[in-house]
Amino acid sequence: MFDGLDPVVLARAQFAFTVSFHFIFPAFSIGLASYLMVLEGLWLKTGKGVYANLYRYWLKIFAVVFGMGVVSGVVMSYQFGTNWSVFSHKAGPVIGPLMAYEVMTAFFLEAGFLGVMLFGMNKVGKGLHFFATSMVALGTLISATWIIAVNSWMQTPAGFAINDKGQFIPAGSWFDIVFTASFPFRLVHTVIAAYLTTAFAVGAVGAWHLLRDRANPGARKMFSMAMWMAALVAPVQILAGDAHGLNTLEHQPVKVLAMEGDYRPSPNGAPLILFGWPDSEAADVRYEVSIPHLGSLILKHDPFAPLPGLTDFPRDQWPPVPIVFWSFRLMVGLGFAMLGIGLWSLFARYRRQLYDWPWLHRAAVLMGPSGFVAVIAGWVTTEVGRQPFTVYGLLRTAESHSPLAAPAVAVSLIAFVIVYFAAFGAGTYYLLRLMAKPPEPGESEPQKVPQRAAGITPASGVAARTVGRE
Amino acid sequence: MESLDLTLVWAGIIGFAVMAYVVMDGFDLGIGILFPTLQVGEERDQAMNSIAPVWDGNETWLVMGGGGLFAAFPLAYAIVLPATYPLIIAMLLGLIFRGVAFEFRWRDPRHRPVWDVAFSLGSVVAALAQGMTLGAILQGITVENDAYAGGWLDWLSPFSVLTGLAVVAGYALLGATWLVWKTEGSSLRHAQTMAWRLGIMTLVALAAVSAATPNLHYEYWRRWFEMPGVLLTAQVPLLVAITAAILFWSLRRGHERLPFLMALALFLLGFVGLGISLYPYVVPPAVTIRDAAAPTESLRFMLVGALVIIPLILTYTGWAYWVFRGKVGTHGYH
Ligand code: HDD
Ligand code: HEM
Ligand code: HEM
Repeated sequence: MFDGLDPVVLARAQFAFTVSFHFIFPAFSIGLASYLMVLEGLWLKTGKGVYANLYRYWLKIFAVVFGMGVVSGVVMSYQFGTNWSVFSHKAGPVIGPLMAYEVMTAFFLEAGFLGVMLFGMNKVGKGLHFFATSMVALGTLISATWIIAVNSWMQTPAGFAINDKGQFIPAGSWFDIVFTASFPFRLVHTVIAAYLTTAFAVGAVGAWHLLRDRANPGARKMFSMAMWMAALVAPVQILAGDAHGLNTLEHQPVKVLAMEGDYRPSPNGAPLILFGWPDSEAADVRYEVSIPHLGSLILKHDPFAPLPGLTDFPRDQWPPVPIVFWSFRLMVGLGFAMLGIGLWSLFARYRRQLYDWPWLHRAAVLMGPSGFVAVIAGWVTTEVGRQPFTVYGLLRTAESHSPLAAPAVAVSLIAFVIVYFAAFGAGTYYLLRLMAKPPEPGESEPQKVPQRAAGITPASGVAARTVGRE
Repeated sequence: MESLDLTLVWAGIIGFAVMAYVVMDGFDLGIGILFPTLQVGEERDQAMNSIAPVWDGNETWLVMGGGGLFAAFPLAYAIVLPATYPLIIAMLLGLIFRGVAFEFRWRDPRHRPVWDVAFSLGSVVAALAQGMTLGAILQGITVENDAYAGGWLDWLSPFSVLTGLAVVAGYALLGATWLVWKTEGSSLRHAQTMAWRLGIMTLVALAAVSAATPNLHYEYWRRWFEMPGVLLTAQVPLLVAITAAILFWSLRRGHERLPFLMALALFLLGFVGLGISLYPYVVPPAVTIRDAAAPTESLRFMLVGALVIIPLILTYTGWAYWVFRGKVGTHGYH
């Protein structure tokens, strides 16, 4: 039934689907883990109940998100072997050790302290519990560091030799392998992205409850914290993204030209194409709306600097231009929208109206999912822009796949789609339900609240529900 | 010389990770397998509570095993996964359902029956797939030019089904003895009965697999039955018999911790048996650990970290188990 299909296309679709789903969860849990650490730290420092309440509120959400992140991540660690065995065999000696370090330094750390963080509130002292929370947060950041190192090596490979079996093998120092040219830029940009994603999700929940009850102290606190993040970090992200783009221009010019839609070289300075429809057949952007010289100004910081065009490179090195072109615009557009919300909130704060402007709150609710969309758009830009290579310039995607039969890949792809939508769809529903519940207005101290109020201890969560809340 | 040692060391580390995974996630999955036999309500909640704080750490050993194989023996990783493709995918999907059920079943009482089914079905599928993968590796994989060269259903055979069922029974035994240790009241009594029955089933399955394995390849046969090796290999069944005797004796006497330890010992012995059959192959009959090993620099780089970090991991994992020591009780952790 599926024999007419190309197994490589199917394998790519499967990888793209599973990794995109996976990244949605870490983007949220990297940010939430740090946010929880801040909340607990503030609670220990100030003793204010509102922080403890918010901690427990977001902890439940974190537990659900983290669980989905873990199970979708386990799938990823096997996807390399099942679908990309040639890639695994060839690149394993270089990127395998980085991923092994990720498991040893990050995944175990997260998992080891997660149990105490979720269920240990009344089992260990406050200080030790805070330590557990901090270790989980640290684990998520270490995890991001290693996996970004892996991805960056695939984008801008360095520090390797190729042996007689065609394998990439380490040559020289591991420092060169980990700290490749694109690694620092990608890491900074991705971690900030996770924080922004979380800030906008938290801000939307706060705003949603403010629209119902402006006096709710938990809603006020989380909205305010989220808006500080938006105002301070969104501009940093735009600068980081700009730097990232300049760096990419240096190492992967074809990708940047595809992002910009520059088919033809521009010896006197490139325009900035705002919109249009890239047509690779004709090597032209149709219906182009552009601003002259702005492209060179952004990419070269000089309006008249010459830039090459895609036609300067062989066609078999072009990525699919329209995808990259549009995903990039989506991400950048959302980045500026986030900046807009941040500035608006600063203005509201200045007028002492932060909790009183329903339109600001409505806009913040609308922007709740923006981070998730932006991170996926960003990864699509990065990964599709790397095509047609898996290891940039060296190993083609078409030569990386496993010896697979189309039916096996097609059936498993369908199974992944069904299972992901069922399981993670249900998870999203539970998350939205948790978020729809207002944070407890009471300023109670956690020790006096029996654990069941946290609802996180499984059996007592049930007890509380069957007996009725106290 | 040095590369030879590093290869062995890494085979040992990955063997350890796989073993750690099998026994630790083994009892989690075992509880999932037993779930339908537990009473709705208190029994199920206790069982869930006993593993909720530790399952994620347990499952991480699977990532360590897979990731370690990728890093240290990339060729083996690149052959085994395509060869057992449907099994691996089935295992991953099973683990998804099992994993999300931990949180989801508490989120809405009306949906709980659905997630309970997902939890146990996911556990059964994952355990079966793992056991069948083991069988598929043991029975041999077709390799040409450093790549898998068989069809996509080669893994399916009576032998792999047998190993699959054996692992399901063994995990269920681990789960039952874990519940004997961690629960009280009706849960405890129920777990004792189940442990008794599963002990018998596991032994039967172990015997069947042991009888079938040497007949797969002459190499295995030679390994087990030729002099003078047989003097050593004969100790394994002997130790299994002793362990089994202690298991049943301790269950009868109402010991609560010893049965779990004996179930662990059974797995350990099974693992030693596997090692005897397989070594030095990682993908029999074609690829040895030396053929598959990553270059020395890769192995050495990882070893530096592993020697420091793995003891650390074991320490804080031990601490996490310690925090949740004792019987779980019915009302969570107070
Ligand atoms: C909240 C998420 C978010 C936001 C608002 C932005 N980005 Fe981004 N971007 C990412 C999240 C992200 C990401 C998911 O983190 C990516 C994917 C891979 C990577 O390195 O970061 C990314 C990739 C990425 C790349 C690709 C680099 C490469 O692969 O070589 C460039 C050039 C930019 N970004 C530039 C920008 C600019 C100029 C932005 C200004 C508005 C921007 N990004 C906003
Ligand atoms: C988590 C966010 C990520 C997203 C959303 C993402 C997205 C994608 C997409 C869309 C493709 C398909 C490209 C195409 O076929 O045109 C792809 C391919 C791929 N990506 Fe990524 N990726 C992510 C992270 C990573 C990381 C961290 C790695 C490496 C560790 C990686 C390695 C690969 C590989 C091996 C392929 C398959 C070969 C290919 O088609 O390029 N990806 N990814
Ligand atoms: C193809 C690439 C990827 C692979 C193979 C992969 C693998 C995994 C695995 C196996 C887990 C589960 C760990 C456990 O058992 O506890 C996991 C979770 C996680 N991953 Fe990924 N991952 C990939 C991409 C990414 C990216 C791009 C990021 C972040 C920048 C990331 C960050 C995390 C984090 C923070 C967790 C912890 C769980 C969570 O936060 O939801 N991963 N990943």
